[in-house]
Amino acid sequence: MIYLDNAATMRTSEVAIDAMMPYMRTIYGNPSSLHSAGQQANEALFSAREKLAALIGATFKEVYFTSGGSESDNQAIISAARIGARKGKKHIISTKIEHHAVLHTLEKLKNNGFEITLLDVGESGIVSVEDVKNAIRDDTILVSVMYANNEIGTVQPIAEIGKICREKGVLFHTDAVQAVGHLKIDVQTDNIDLMSISAHKFGGPKGVGALYARKGVLLTSLIEGGAQENNKRAGTENLPAIVGMVAALEKSLDDLDRKNAYLKKLRDMLIDGILEIPHSALNGDREKRLSNNASFCFEAIEGESLLLLLSDKGICASSGSACTSGSLDPSHVLLAIGRVHDVAHGSLRLTLSVDNTMEEVEYVIAQVKWVVEYLRNMSPVWRDLVEGKRQFIL
Amino acid sequence: MALYSEKVMDHFRNPRNVGIIENADGVGEVGNAKCGDIMKIYLKIDGDIITDVKFETFGCGSAIASSSMATELIKGKPLSEALELTNKAVAEALDGLPAYKMHCSVLAESAIKKAILDYYKKNGRPYDESLFADIDD
Repeated sequence: MIYLDNAATMRTSEVAIDAMMPYMRTIYGNPSSLHSAGQQANEALFSAREKLAALIGATFKEVYFTSGGSESDNQAIISAARIGARKGKKHIISTKIEHHAVLHTLEKLKNNGFEITLLDVGESGIVSVEDVKNAIRDDTILVSVMYANNEIGTVQPIAEIGKICREKGVLFHTDAVQAVGHLKIDVQTDNIDLMSISAHKFGGPKGVGALYARKGVLLTSLIEGGAQENNKRAGTENLPAIVGMVAALEKSLDDLDRKNAYLKKLRDMLIDGILEIPHSALNGDREKRLSNNASFCFEAIEGESLLLLLSDKGICASSGSACTSGSLDPSHVLLAIGRVHDVAHGSLRLTLSVDNTMEEVEYVIAQVKWVVEYLRNMSPVWRDLVEGKRQFIL
Repeated sequence: MALYSEKVMDHFRNPRNVGIIENADGVGEVGNAKCGDIMKIYLKIDGDIITDVKFETFGCGSAIASSSMATELIKGKPLSEALELTNKAVAEALDGLPAYKMHCSVLAESAIKKAILDYYKKNGRPYDESLFADIDD
């Protein structure tokens, strides 16, 4: 099997698995218990919090453990909205390419009297700093812009946006789920107030994540029932997963430049090889993207059939086609960068990890070429295009 | 549970009757690229019998499998029988489709009806309009 869906989730790193085992076998106490077993667990929890904080440029009191990226996004936005409501500020700025964990939370706030501005990103898939600046009003409480996009991999100008927000006194949240562990991130230099983290996107276990909240940014608890996480997130801490997450993050940030250089080489091979397919296009800016993300649209084919046939050939990939999501519309991200429905249905996302090899990439390029041609040969749309009865879009 | 039945996957992986028929007696195309699926059915008709049928499909796995199965179900059959083919019958022959994929079988039924209507019209044959009430051309 060739796994090229690392933006969906990654193999749990060996380092993380090894780090977790003792916290199930021997150090299994509840961190809230007063006895020695509990205190041992509590110390491990504290140490994990300190380590994670140090890895992102924060202090331990600013790190809250959660169940993952979605919960962190929800809590960050709802907390900011609560702060805004107290001050009579009910305007929030975000972008059209955010993850649904952000968009759906904003939608909910909209129904509760908040005004939401979703900025366009243009063909590059990158939001303009100027647009953010111009959208900020006196009643704006929050700007939420993702660090890197999950579908097309584009990296947003976070530090600049953060700087503007700081100058204007507006809270700044970033959904950094795809970026943490893949880019060097420092919440200080990036001027971030709230940041969402998910462990399984960098080799940690699933179901655990963190929310960074700058000192002084009051969080609203989404789950009641205990004093854990400084009263901001009730429930016994998932200590094995938390320890695994921190171990995975340390590992993934170790020697990051060399790993990213390797990933870029594989990614560029994929991009160059696959763009040899006529009437295909890369989604998102060619340079300002994650080292492991290659996303494409192909004319006249549909993404689900593409994925199923690639799967038959041992390749795990993903698509933003409507048929893979169960909804009628293709990915909102592809539509936001100007891909019309017709071609947005024919999308393919390949996301690498350092486990992938050049040989695998060569095989994948050949198989994608074959499958696209095979599907086009049975597509009435392709026939119309070739016979000039329909205009090529790509 | 897998998304698709073995039957669906078989017809998706090895679609029957893919292609076109030059000078077909009836052609029907339904769906649109915006929604992500288009089916085109070509019929060769001798007397009242569908002697050959081919299809082209732009769409997901179940769209391709539905086209393939539908062509199998009408090949060699009289037109009257092909007109009785329902989307439910196509889905059942595939051992079922997920609920949100049922529209693929509807497309297959519609494409066949549209191709037969095309044949009737081209040849000036009288037909019962009520049978084609759902078909827009």
